[in-house]
Amino acid sequence: MAAGDDSHRPALRLQGVRKSYGQVVAVAGVDLTVEEGEFFTLLGPSGSGKTTLLRLIAGFERPDTGRIELGGRDVTSTPPYLRDTNTVFQDYALFPHMSVADNIGYGLRVKGVSRQPREERVQRALKMVRLEGLGRRRPNQLSGGQRQRVALARAVVNEPEVLLLDEPLGALDLKLRQEMQIELKQIQKEVGITFIYVTHDQEEALTMSDRVAVMSNGQIEQIGSPVDVYERPATEFVAGFIGISNVLVRDGVRFVVRPEKIRMLAESETADPGMTVEPGRVEEIIYVGMTTRYLVHLDRGERLVAVRQNMDALGDAQKFQGRPVRLAWTAEHTYVLDKGR
Amino acid sequence: MEGVWTRWMLRAWVLVILLFLFIPIFLIFLYAFNTSNIESWPIPGLTLKWFSLTFEDSEIRRALMLSLQVGFLATALALILGSLAAFAIHRMTWFGREVVSLMFILPLALPGIITGISLQAFFSFDGVHLSLWTIVVGHTTFCIVVVYNNVLARLRRTQGSLIEAAMDLGASGFQVFRDITLPLISTSVVAGAMLAFALSFDEVIVTTFTAGAQNTLPLWIFGAIRLGQRLPEVNVVVSFVILVTIIPVVIAARLTGGGGAARVPAAR
Repeated sequence: MAAGDDSHRPALRLQGVRKSYGQVVAVAGVDLTVEEGEFFTLLGPSGSGKTTLLRLIAGFERPDTGRIELGGRDVTSTPPYLRDTNTVFQDYALFPHMSVADNIGYGLRVKGVSRQPREERVQRALKMVRLEGLGRRRPNQLSGGQRQRVALARAVVNEPEVLLLDEPLGALDLKLRQEMQIELKQIQKEVGITFIYVTHDQEEALTMSDRVAVMSNGQIEQIGSPVDVYERPATEFVAGFIGISNVLVRDGVRFVVRPEKIRMLAESETADPGMTVEPGRVEEIIYVGMTTRYLVHLDRGERLVAVRQNMDALGDAQKFQGRPVRLAWTAEHTYVLDKGR
Repeated sequence: MEGVWTRWMLRAWVLVILLFLFIPIFLIFLYAFNTSNIESWPIPGLTLKWFSLTFEDSEIRRALMLSLQVGFLATALALILGSLAAFAIHRMTWFGREVVSLMFILPLALPGIITGISLQAFFSFDGVHLSLWTIVVGHTTFCIVVVYNNVLARLRRTQGSLIEAAMDLGASGFQVFRDITLPLISTSVVAGAMLAFALSFDEVIVTTFTAGAQNTLPLWIFGAIRLGQRLPEVNVVVSFVILVTIIPVVIAARLTGGGGAARVPAAR
């Protein structure tokens, strides 16, 4: 990320933002800078404070303490209708009494954009989300996926400084969700607007984001690129929440080995020089289509998950059931949890 | 699963109850066209002469005018007060909310005679002369309830995120109300108004205590029946009142998607 530039103006900056509801602390002091044009994801389990953080940025909630800046301007006490943000809601929140085109054009209408340019921009937005010709429909005449696109178009058409998305794909089925992930990313590149995306789905976060902030208990555990948070998790929570975490303690050092980095050796195989080898026994074999997962009980006590691609004919995997195996990995594929809690 | 016999018995029972409820109403319609002024079976023939007699009667026309005035005024007041109350209760989160809500609904559940007597006592205590306006006040007490109930039910069914979405898109408080809230609740407001008018138009008890020397249409009917005079005209007027009452109730039920709206007047 470009930093240190004097004219540098981040799209969003949070400083010491806190929010509690009675005794419950939803957001416990968050500092965050999001750059212009970034696809930034807030990832965390439910109750981690990610949606509250999004609502604070949108202006639906006010922080107890802290400061929120949008495009270099302090908006901490600015009401939502005066903030340069737009939100794609989890339940889409389309106006049921308006046509699709009127829904998309509503933001421009209340801002006083005259009819001609407004209609042109609405048409462009419809085209962008591939809903040309559906402008006259009512929201209840659309499928779930189409409603989702309308919600996106309604927000993007205003060209906000920051676009906020609150688990926008949560209500869609798996296939549609995966298609929309790619499409969302493409649209974001096309319009160049800063996206702040809230999700609890780690795959979604890794697929789309430039950077990910992993949240837990109202705090940010780690901020980094998808590769960073996956390959170099800062805490055990991050290691466990993103992907399958294999945490081992050897010689007083806690470290993570990702399942796909582990080689499972058959009896006759030998490990490459420099690899750590530990014996164990296969406890369980889980077939997941593209790959097979092996749950191995190490002789030293821990259980590790190893993953192999299904290159061989089906049924091959079963020959390992209950058999002794050796697991091998290289030091460079391990990551030490120095900040572990 | 119930047997065939049980099912037929249930159907027959429902039919008996429906006949019990609607035969008297049907009879009144029939008597309104009766050539004889004596109500006995079989009726000798059909005629429209009572209709022209009724509509030429100045006393009946004055009563009709008063009923319409009271109905429109009470409905207008109920619309304003009932919707405002619904908005307030919907937004409120403090713990007295259910109590306040019950107090709004009470006039509909309370026997009319209690409302009537207490209002009359209040008016005479304050030296207020009974007039058109005292009737309007009396009717407003229960008309508020139907508007309030309808609007509140709609507000509770409306997605909360719609208001946030409108604000998010840049709409100020007034714009949100004009563009989102009002269109979404409008049919419930209209339904509430129609039910309120229907309630007011055929009200007798509260009116008796708040009307003074004037007659609304139901009061005129009541008086005529008590004296046993002009029964054919009474039948014509009653048929008219039934129509004016039923039509708005049916429209209201359609506007609010059935069920909910129709239940409200039945509670009285």
